[in-house]
Amino acid sequence: MADGPVADVLLRRLEAADGGLDSAELAAELGVEHQAVVGAVKSLQALGEIIEAELRSTKRWELTAEGEEIAREGSHEARVFRSVPPEGLAQSELMRLPSGKVGFSKAMSNKWIRVDKSAADGPRVFRVVDSMEDDVQRRLQLVRGGQAEKLAEKERSELRKRKLLTEVTLKTYWVSKGSAFSTSVSKQEAELSPEMISSGSWRDRPFKPYNFSARGVLPDSGHLHPLLKVRTQFRQIFLEMGFTEMPTDNFIESSFWNFDALFQPQQHPARDQHDTFFLQDPAEALQLPMDYVHRVKRTHSQGGYGSQGYKYTWKLDEARKNLLRTHTTAASARALYRLARKKPFTPIKYFSIDRVFRNETLDATHLAEFHQIEGVVADHGLTLGHLMGVLREFFTKLGITQLRFKPAYNPYTEPSMEVFSYHQGLKKWVEVGNSGLFRPEMLLPMGLPENVSVIAWGLSLERPTMIKYGINNIRELVGHKVNLQMVYDSPLCRLDAEPGPPQTQEAA
Amino acid sequence: MPTVSVKRDLLFKALGRTYTDEEFDELCFEFGLELDEITSEKEIISKEQGDKKAEGASDVVLYKIDVPANRYDLLCLEGLVRGLQVFKERIKAPLYKRVMPNGEIQKLIITEETAKIRPYAVAAVLRNIKFTKDRYDSFIELQEKLHQNICRKRALVAIGAHDLDSLSGPFTFTAKRPSDIKFKPLSKTKEYTACELMNIYKTDNHLKHYLHIIENKPLYPVIYDSNGVVLSMPPIINGNHSKITLNTRNVFIECTGTDFTKAKIVLDIIVTMFSEYCENQFTVEAAEVVFPNGKSYTFPELAYRKEMVRADLINKKVGIRETPENLAKLLTRMCLKSEVIGDGNQIEIEIPPTRADIIHACDIVEDAAIAYGYNNIQMTLPKTYTIANQFPLNKLTELLRHDMAAAGFTEALTFALCSQEDIADKLGVDISATKAVHISNPKTAEFQVARTTLLPGLLKTIAANRKMPLPLKLFEISDIVVKDSSRDVGARNYRHLCAVYYNKNPGFEIIHGLLDRIMQLLDVPPGEKKGGYVIKASEGPAFFPGRCAEVFARGQSIGKLGVLHPDVITKFELTMPCSSLEINIEPFL
Repeated sequence: MADGPVADVLLRRLEAADGGLDSAELAAELGVEHQAVVGAVKSLQALGEIIEAELRSTKRWELTAEGEEIAREGSHEARVFRSVPPEGLAQSELMRLPSGKVGFSKAMSNKWIRVDKSAADGPRVFRVVDSMEDDVQRRLQLVRGGQAEKLAEKERSELRKRKLLTEVTLKTYWVSKGSAFSTSVSKQEAELSPEMISSGSWRDRPFKPYNFSARGVLPDSGHLHPLLKVRTQFRQIFLEMGFTEMPTDNFIESSFWNFDALFQPQQHPARDQHDTFFLQDPAEALQLPMDYVHRVKRTHSQGGYGSQGYKYTWKLDEARKNLLRTHTTAASARALYRLARKKPFTPIKYFSIDRVFRNETLDATHLAEFHQIEGVVADHGLTLGHLMGVLREFFTKLGITQLRFKPAYNPYTEPSMEVFSYHQGLKKWVEVGNSGLFRPEMLLPMGLPENVSVIAWGLSLERPTMIKYGINNIRELVGHKVNLQMVYDSPLCRLDAEPGPPQTQEAA
Repeated sequence: MPTVSVKRDLLFKALGRTYTDEEFDELCFEFGLELDEITSEKEIISKEQGDKKAEGASDVVLYKIDVPANRYDLLCLEGLVRGLQVFKERIKAPLYKRVMPNGEIQKLIITEETAKIRPYAVAAVLRNIKFTKDRYDSFIELQEKLHQNICRKRALVAIGAHDLDSLSGPFTFTAKRPSDIKFKPLSKTKEYTACELMNIYKTDNHLKHYLHIIENKPLYPVIYDSNGVVLSMPPIINGNHSKITLNTRNVFIECTGTDFTKAKIVLDIIVTMFSEYCENQFTVEAAEVVFPNGKSYTFPELAYRKEMVRADLINKKVGIRETPENLAKLLTRMCLKSEVIGDGNQIEIEIPPTRADIIHACDIVEDAAIAYGYNNIQMTLPKTYTIANQFPLNKLTELLRHDMAAAGFTEALTFALCSQEDIADKLGVDISATKAVHISNPKTAEFQVARTTLLPGLLKTIAANRKMPLPLKLFEISDIVVKDSSRDVGARNYRHLCAVYYNKNPGFEIIHGLLDRIMQLLDVPPGEKKGGYVIKASEGPAFFPGRCAEVFARGQSIGKLGVLHPDVITKFELTMPCSSLEINIEPFL
């Protein structure tokens, strides 16, 4: 059994037909909508090579609704002519007839009727001829009978102007036998059912083919945030490299730990109101490790540990000022101080990834808060070459292999080096991180042994994430103005994998 | 990082050769500079003010070069050229000399009135200098760069340069009531009192930034010559009388400030840079400064300091194996004249007055490494053996966030800073009840406080994504901050987990189910038994009455869940019912 009676009939007719048949003609013969035949054709096509169907488009003239009425009842002017009796009719009365207005002027220009304006009770209409030929009706009847070609081009276009005829394009199929033609096609099953499995009927059933070019239905699921997916990968990299995570769960820090402990002088521009968020409440740190504070104070103001110092008046009040930490190095300083107090010294590798805060001017790539990634290694006899070696391994894990190093200045590292990598897309070297050996003026007051060096480097989490996910405006990534669709659609974060092809407009 | 802009052709002429842009960029990189931009005055004006304004401006090529913030000796063309020429061994670093004048020494006497406002001053004379337009411009520009950087926008140090021949010493640095100071300032045609000047400069785009340094002080600093001519009213403006011109031959330089060390450095930098154009190159005429206590000092200091560093220390810190002689050569290329002495492993390094940044052996080590070439250093892996550990709180967070997503919730990442309104008014709470940490200098309301709850961030995230299909299910696991006097800084973070469900129905059962799932994941059984969790009817201003419960786990309250109050929903510009859960996860460590 095929898909419905129409398909059945179609197949039987086709078997008998010589060559093929036209879908529109079949519809007319069967007295069904053309659409029903088209449906049958399509369902048979889906079964494979049963039939072949060639789409043809033909133009045809059809009557409009008004055209149909005229073909049936006669043209408006004919109707006006017929309603005028030999003794004439008042014009006002004629105008009230349904065909009055249109028919009157046409009948007048055909010279079938005339108006006598001198009649006693107003203008009166009289027949001019005894009979007339209603050409309009006759032509429309021809078209209705499928003989539109018998009309002259001019006649058709006049009728079309009067909105009695319209030209329609008909899409029909020329159907012929396919290579696997058969009149006995059975209906295809849409899906495998439990019953089919238990009865084994699936063995005898044909199944409808799937449309593999269609999209599947996405699963209902939650999604992780892209920036934090990247954070997870960075944590993973550090853990793979044997680095221990430092506690960083203290956004509030004293100026002491954020700046002074790092040998950053009290007049340093970073300590300006314009760059740092200071606190009104709690405005000052309640406790500071005073022994250590004194060593820091001495180093700043007078020097020591082989240093000239900065030679200025160091103020405790300035060190007490609370702030939102401007870098995670404040947490590293605390961790190194704890390490220094543990005797004997044991080498460490530390890392952290957390938020930092800057009272900066905001733009498309800068927010008041961002995430900093930091790595620290403390051991006897570490060198600049070691720092570069660790950086090479670290960046290789990020898929960045072309590195070079530029001398730089940081208040708390010396030597310092900026890390550049060659960007294939931009065809230039771009800065990817900052690094150095912590200054002895920072380490020795903490109590770390003199021959211990500490190498450290840092980078932001946002920048590699924006590059990775092709995001230009940081607000679309971080904060409440995030584009959730972007979160839903973002792929896995595999930092060392080749980047995918650039997203097309369509996919975006 | 300060940016110095120099004319390319002038630079190449001084360097005695030309470079392609790429070659020069490479040289900068190696030396620790950055060729930031190649432009011209015309291009700059057209970028800032449009093509029309730029018509007729100079199209001489300018190099904008980023200089490390501690290298004051590279802040002008003269210094850059000297540094690069020595680096490339084309010249030897000059020896800067202070000389006594043939006649009487110029004196600057500081009176005690300056003590409270600007207690320090130093001075020097550049004798028989020859300016050209370019040299003059560079001289002015260097003062400006120093003012912006080491001088901390003139707060620490302010520089004044004067035509000595128009003045007559000795000079007096004193402080007077603003109404008692009257003079004709630079580029004005009549005299004004200090009070009038402060008013005039309020609308001066350049000078208005410095007024605050003295504005509210009873006395303003001022320097006079022996005839009562005003040299300057530091740190605001010089007098017009002693203005230097292209024809000036003898320059009197004074630096006043609140930081003596920096004042001395600034003076040293200016005179070392521009003594190049004196008849006796690199010599500077001394000036005497008499302090209120009667002690007198001679400036500029132009001190050369000797440091001793062992060669193996440099090798060990950098990770190279160079002979002491080679290391000495490398350092000499960095303007640090060095020689091997003693046992053949000691290097004696002479720190010139231009290198105030060298304060420790580590600074010397860095210069050796730069001259060696960072990119020539052999990369090695340290042998440091360590076992990695995760921070337990972050480990728990990582595990939980993956399972929150598996439970169908999408992760948000919201700001830790927000407005008072977000954490108080909008949630129906008074700000005083929040224990919030307050920021003293927020530029906008968005940065008034640190958040005490994650909920506002999630609600704002929904508000920004109202076009997304419902339901919206969001979560965040992150830190909030509250005051806590038991901590050294008086505040602490708590790690919170917050989730919201936003749909046409409140979906309390979904948020409740999420809590049950979280407890299942944390291996906390339901029930009041020790170690279990329950929720108990509660209330809170953020919740719809009767639709709020408090979560108790392991014997303590850890947070709340419920259907949000319509007022809260409305205040966050939302329109649908919403339920939320927020708990502290630290008890589950």
